[in-house]
Amino acid sequence: MISDTAFWGLTLGLGVGTFLIRFSFLGILGGRQLPDWALLHLKYVGVAVFPALVTPLVLWPEATGGAFEPARLIAALAALVAGLRTGVVGAILAGMGTLYLLQLIPGHL
Amino acid sequence: MTRAEAFWRGYRDCAPFIIIVVPYSMLFGVVARDAGLDILQTMSMSVLVIAGASQFTALALLQENAPVFIALLIALAVNLRMAMYSAALVPHVGHARLGVRALMAYLMVDQAFAVAVRTYEDNPTMPTAVKVAYYFGCMMLICPVWYAFTLIGAVVGRGLPASLSLDFAVPVCFIAMLAPLLRSLPHVVAALVSALAAIAFAWVPWSLGLPVAAGIAMVAGAQTELYLRRRAARVRP
Repeated sequence: MISDTAFWGLTLGLGVGTFLIRFSFLGILGGRQLPDWALLHLKYVGVAVFPALVTPLVLWPEATGGAFEPARLIAALAALVAGLRTGVVGAILAGMGTLYLLQLIPGHL
Repeated sequence: MTRAEAFWRGYRDCAPFIIIVVPYSMLFGVVARDAGLDILQTMSMSVLVIAGASQFTALALLQENAPVFIALLIALAVNLRMAMYSAALVPHVGHARLGVRALMAYLMVDQAFAVAVRTYEDNPTMPTAVKVAYYFGCMMLICPVWYAFTLIGAVVGRGLPASLSLDFAVPVCFIAMLAPLLRSLPHVVAALVSALAAIAFAWVPWSLGLPVAAGIAMVAGAQTELYLRRRAARVRP
């Protein structure tokens, strides 16, 4: 259960902080440039954060009480392959579709 | 192109993304209610933040009882990429009024940003006012859909059976956003390092393993890029 104070503290902080990130260059910093080393690292924010978020959700999901389920790993890899070949919609369909198919197997993986 | 034409062209150009935004926002509504938020809380988050990836992140961390400031830092880290969007928009719409730029910042979302910048680069002669109108056309399609389907998800979500494994849609959405980012060797290296480091640091309490893994992965990506640049410089002096 999420407490009200935790929720509102987080939501207001995230709302204000996210706005400031979006507004940063456009508003506050104007046309000023970030140093090269910062731009170099910022390029990799997405690819550095998303896999670290996904890995625990796939390997030890809360829905299984933290137990490893091969079906989820296979479905995640299917989503990745479909995402690389087609795009966002393909990745979502392949990921959920593969999980549903594997769950049809009696006493599934 | 008049401003009205540009607005509606932006609206049409972003239409294909509806197919992603609809399930994604509905899913947020469902997952948020599942985590114990009420409808007002769910909608407040979607309206105040409008950044799906960070909303899912914040929610997941709250559920794991991570301290609020850790959850906040990590969710903000997920949104840091938008600082680069902000920088990329400056040459195109940096001359708009401050209030207009503030509204543009509030509405900034990944897919619509990508469409807008591509159009600006294809049409370098577009005046600023037309570019601004085009931008709002893109966002005015995405954002109302985002609000509306969060609400629908929050209202109907409770009725969905657990056998649908909807929790799994969260990692699937992140994978769907990750795949198009893997466009060069340094990006692939950073992603692999990130996944391996997340496993290696899974024991760290309060989800602090995540920022550690992300930090290591960013350095790995940057260093790979620098190494490839140095090697290319040696081959072609």
